[in-house]
Amino acid sequence: MTDSGPRIGIIVFPGSNCDQDCYHAVSTVLEASAEFIWHKTSVLPPLDAVLIPGGFSYGDYLRTGAIARFSPVMEAVTSFAAEGGFVLGICNGFQILLEAGLLPGAMLRNTSLSFVCRDVHVRVESNATPFTARCAPGQVLKLPVAHAEGNYYTDPNTLATLISTKRIVFRYCTPDGDVMQDACPNGSIDNIAGITNAAGNVLGMMPHPERCAEAILGNEDGKLILLSLLDALKSRPNVTAG
Amino acid sequence: MKARVFITLKRGILDPQGQAVLHAIEALGQTGVKEARIGKFIELELTTTDRPAAETQLKMLCETLLANTVIEEYRFELQD
Repeated sequence: MTDSGPRIGIIVFPGSNCDQDCYHAVSTVLEASAEFIWHKTSVLPPLDAVLIPGGFSYGDYLRTGAIARFSPVMEAVTSFAAEGGFVLGICNGFQILLEAGLLPGAMLRNTSLSFVCRDVHVRVESNATPFTARCAPGQVLKLPVAHAEGNYYTDPNTLATLISTKRIVFRYCTPDGDVMQDACPNGSIDNIAGITNAAGNVLGMMPHPERCAEAILGNEDGKLILLSLLDALKSRPNVTAG
Repeated sequence: MKARVFITLKRGILDPQGQAVLHAIEALGQTGVKEARIGKFIELELTTTDRPAAETQLKMLCETLLANTVIEEYRFELQD
C-alpha cells in the first residue's frame, strides 16, 4: 500500500460480502490505497475511485439494490460520479447502480431461476473505457459470476442508445468469442454483462474481476480490468469527493 | 387507512417464476389455467384519513421505492 498512490473507496452495506475481496484486490494486487466506506457515510473522504462490491445488501429485500440505493452514502457516490469520479459496481454493486439510476435498466431473475455460480466468458466490446483500456477490442475474458438476478433488461429505445453510443462494455460469449444465447448465463437482453453511463466514468458489471486477479487463483483475467482502472487513475487529476 | 399495493412484472416481460408455476399446475393435471404471473403484495397502514393525500403519497412510494417502473407495474387499493 502506498500513501501517495490512488485511493480507492470500497462501499460496505449491511450484507455486502465481496468487500474484503475488493479490499484485497486493491491493496495487494493493485498496491493502491484501499479504504472501507460504511454505507451511513454521507461525505466521502478524498478518493480517486469508488468500488461498490457484490453481496446481498439488505438481504436483497424488495429488489436487489432497492434499499441500498437509499443509504446516505449513495447520495455522495452520485455526486462523486457526477463530478467525473470513477465508479465500478460489481454484481450487487451493478444492481445498486441500476436502482440508483446511475445506470439505465433493471435486473430480473435469471431465466433459469437458479443462482448461477461459475466461470463465464465475456467479450470486451469496448476498450475505450477507463476500465478496459488494457484489453484488446473483442478480447475474450474468463470471469466468474455468482448471482440469481443478473438478467439485465432495458426498454428497446435505451438498448438502441446503449448500442449506438458503444456503452455495452461486456457481452456474454462462448470461449471463442461468439455472442450467442447459449453463452448467456442469465437471459440478459443482448447478452449484456456490463455497461457504462453516458459519460463513461461509471461501469456496472455482473462478473467478478476481483475474484480472478491473481495467479494463485488460477485466473488473472480480472486483473486487466483492475489495472485499466489504476492506469486511468494515475493519468488523470484527482476527483475529490465532498 | 389501509393500503394494499400489488406489484407485478410489466406485460411483455418474461416472468420465469410465473412460467414455472404454470408448469407445476399443468403437472398437477389441471387444465383451464392459461397464465400465471408472480408479483408482490405489500400492505401499508397509513395515518392519513384523506383519500387524495393517501393516493398521492402511495404513488410517490410506488414510483420511487416499492416498484421499479423499468420492469414493474403497480396498482393499489385503499380501505378505510
